[in-house]
Amino acid sequence: MGGLGREMTAILGGRPEGLTSLRFDDDLDTRARLVVVGNGMAGARFVEEVLERGGGEQFRITVFGEEPHGNYNRIMLSPVLAGEEHEDDIVLNSHDWYADNGVTLRAGVLATRIDTAAKLVYAADGTATPYDHLVLATGSYSFIPPMTGVRTDDGELRPGVHGFRTIDETRAMLDAVGRCRKAVVMGGGLLGLEAARALQGHGLQVELVHAMPHLMNMQLSPEAGAVLERSVESLGISVHLDVFATEVFGTDHVEGVGLADGRRLDADLLVVAAGVRPNTDIAVRSGLEVERGIVVDDQLRTDDPDVYAIGECAQHRGEVYGLVAPAWEHATVLADVLTGTDPTAEYHGSRTATKLKVAGVDVATMGINTPERDDDEFLVISEPRRGVHLSVVIRDDRLVGATLLGDTRKVAFLTQAFDRGLALPEERIKLLVDLSDGAGSASGMLSVAEMPAESQVCNCNGVTKGAICGAVADGCGSVGEVMDATRAGKGCGSCKSLVKQIVEWAADGDLAEDPTASYYVPGIPMAKPELMAAIREQDLRSVSAVFAALAPGGTEDARSKMGLTSLLKMIWGVDFVPEKDGEFINDRVHANIQRDGTFSVVPQMKGGVTTPAQLRKIAEVAEKYEVPMVKITGGQRIDLLGVRKEDLPAMWDDLGMPSGYAYGKSMRTVKTCVGSDFCRFGLGDSTQLGIDLETRFQGIESPAKMKLAVVGCPRNCAEAYVKDVGVVAVGTGRWEVYVGGAAGASVRKGDLLATVGSPEEVLTLTGRFLQYYRENANWLERTYDFVPRVGLDHLKAVLLDDSEGIVADLDAGLQRSIDAYRDPWGQDAKQPATPGQFRPALPLIALPKVPVR
Amino acid sequence: MSVTDLRTTTAVRVGRVEEIPLGEGRAFVAGGVQIAVFRLRDGSLHATQAACPHAGGPLADGQTDVDVLVCPLHQYAYRWSDGASTAGAFAIGVYPVREEDGTLVVEV
Repeated sequence: MGGLGREMTAILGGRPEGLTSLRFDDDLDTRARLVVVGNGMAGARFVEEVLERGGGEQFRITVFGEEPHGNYNRIMLSPVLAGEEHEDDIVLNSHDWYADNGVTLRAGVLATRIDTAAKLVYAADGTATPYDHLVLATGSYSFIPPMTGVRTDDGELRPGVHGFRTIDETRAMLDAVGRCRKAVVMGGGLLGLEAARALQGHGLQVELVHAMPHLMNMQLSPEAGAVLERSVESLGISVHLDVFATEVFGTDHVEGVGLADGRRLDADLLVVAAGVRPNTDIAVRSGLEVERGIVVDDQLRTDDPDVYAIGECAQHRGEVYGLVAPAWEHATVLADVLTGTDPTAEYHGSRTATKLKVAGVDVATMGINTPERDDDEFLVISEPRRGVHLSVVIRDDRLVGATLLGDTRKVAFLTQAFDRGLALPEERIKLLVDLSDGAGSASGMLSVAEMPAESQVCNCNGVTKGAICGAVADGCGSVGEVMDATRAGKGCGSCKSLVKQIVEWAADGDLAEDPTASYYVPGIPMAKPELMAAIREQDLRSVSAVFAALAPGGTEDARSKMGLTSLLKMIWGVDFVPEKDGEFINDRVHANIQRDGTFSVVPQMKGGVTTPAQLRKIAEVAEKYEVPMVKITGGQRIDLLGVRKEDLPAMWDDLGMPSGYAYGKSMRTVKTCVGSDFCRFGLGDSTQLGIDLETRFQGIESPAKMKLAVVGCPRNCAEAYVKDVGVVAVGTGRWEVYVGGAAGASVRKGDLLATVGSPEEVLTLTGRFLQYYRENANWLERTYDFVPRVGLDHLKAVLLDDSEGIVADLDAGLQRSIDAYRDPWGQDAKQPATPGQFRPALPLIALPKVPVR
Repeated sequence: MSVTDLRTTTAVRVGRVEEIPLGEGRAFVAGGVQIAVFRLRDGSLHATQAACPHAGGPLADGQTDVDVLVCPLHQYAYRWSDGASTAGAFAIGVYPVREEDGTLVVEV
């Protein structure tokens, strides 16, 4: 429970206490006062657009946000609820961003009323803020349908009932899932489906109640909705259609839901995602014209000439939009008007095309989903068994609607045809499927090539194919760089794969010619063998010496230093000349840096075998230094987390144990099972062999981390099949040696390199493989990429048959590194390697309060 | 007197040059502000805000070259020249820093 308080109240994108910003004295500031009410997707985007147009010079900007947080990406709340994204990663603008841009953020302050005559905004904290221009971007709220018992006597939602609209509501659900078993989700639209899928992923039994006859009825036809229903049911989510909930049962906490047809569904969690309603309270209270939303004209102006409304709270030409793209179009137009960049800019409505992934199913819709006139053409491909339903509606040779469910490969062309009225193929079926007609028009590459430059790829940020190609032409060399430069893919993220395809297409040839791809590190224009030869030939023993001799212009490069340090250590052993600035912080202080700037300390525990005395010592040290968390690692060691940098040397001294190297690009650990001493199935003494391997290879640096394991039988209790090197006892004294396995972000079973007859042979062969990997792998290339790249047959030939005559060199090279091993904790605990090696790097701020468990 | 003249900076002596090993950074408090000061191998000095604007990473623990400082947490790189991130996402504050008789002096 320790973590609960922090998680529930932490301010997303908040800035540490104690930081202040310079501000002009109000009386001296002649800039007009621009006040924005609402700090969501629309409001914050509007401020960005104003600043981009130089509006920081024209306006003193104040933003009211009802939530205490910075601005975050509301679209990404579903992945947060599903545990696929961390809440920190959905922050769009932190509090610091507002301060840095001179914008006053009144976070956590609800604006309640406007005096349009006096031009003042009144807020719940009793303040009155004057404005020259006021923008309402209040968004919408979760609609809670009337149900008996949904609220307690004081008007609050009954405990266990949640809306799904804000980060705080998402946090509340994440906090509840551990205590709940059965959830009912009300609402079979996009949000309801995503909530259902996310909750199911947390192990809850989920039932979905939807008042309409088919799912996603706003976007899908009944037929497509039925296909989606089948896909959702196949995930194990029960769907109840055409029925609404009338009652919420439970005294203190939700216990169930009563349906209109008399059925009762048990539930200890009820999520209401039955649509949203525009937040118009402040406009109504202030006498502005409000229908469904706040009524605005083509310049987003309300009936008061200095008050504007944008986003989901606005009603334009009778339409209220619930998507982010129109909100951002509003922001752009209004920024043009207010900054004077284009005083005549107008908004004429949005054609809504959406592409999203709902409950694991790809869905894209645009325009209408069924024919409306007698001569409308209508083409449907429906494959319920595969969960695929595709349809297009064509009128007068123009695409007026399309639905793609379960297969959105054709979305690029269809969106284009829909937006721009492109000519359509005579054979209409080509709109939906690729027909191999021999002309080769079937490939996805060609459709990317065929897309006109103006066609919009990222609907959220309005980025065209042309803009993406332009970024590539301007020198962006990766998908990430293009996304940073254009913001494509930075909204909901659903277009990322299309962005990638276009970047690859646009960079065609350039990428192939790009020589840097073969460099060992970016700052030295050499591949690894060439670089190693030059280092040996010119006797370069330090990172700075390598830069001086081999880098263009002798210029050092920050991102190359760590890889060079590793390489030089391997080549020179004890003759390496260390330079602390060539090391990553982890290697400088021999501990792994954590998100809050503290470190983790993992003592060596060979083969995962410990003793009561060692455990007692670790316990004493953990208490003495008030270590916030003590955790068993995946590598069979004990991790002391949240240690202050300045405490590291004293802790090592008190522990009196060697470093476990849980921070380096190096040999980390050798996991073992209990082997033959105790296990009744054990075929070999895996524990002792693991200890011997770890003793021999401890601390050996390598291109990427190396994780090893030894198991005493093929039951594989220590997961040797998925390790960089895994050793398996197979009986009669024989051991299998697997290489190139992984069970991290990639999962790969290792390849059987050889079966050998003794522990000594295991040690020798493992050493030869590790050294070959160290000498030939690219920087940060794990064995699971390296082994398939060089090929198992090649490895067998080199390491087993000595086809290249290098085995003796491999043995000698490895021995040099083994001889150079010194326990870094024993070394630096006595005397810091450099002045201030363990000085705090954030001196003033109290460390974030990590919960003590 | 114009508006800008009202903003003045203060020179603060934060420590000795030899407190910062070549190529590394160390954090100081200057006039109540957290500052990270770096001494590059070419002898130049740089000072920045101490916390990364992305996720609060300790910039003094970052790696450097003549152009940029790289945050240790998520490898955002910031240019010394203007504090801008090479990814264009964030920017950090940079402060004038100089050496006077072996003492580090930062203008905050």
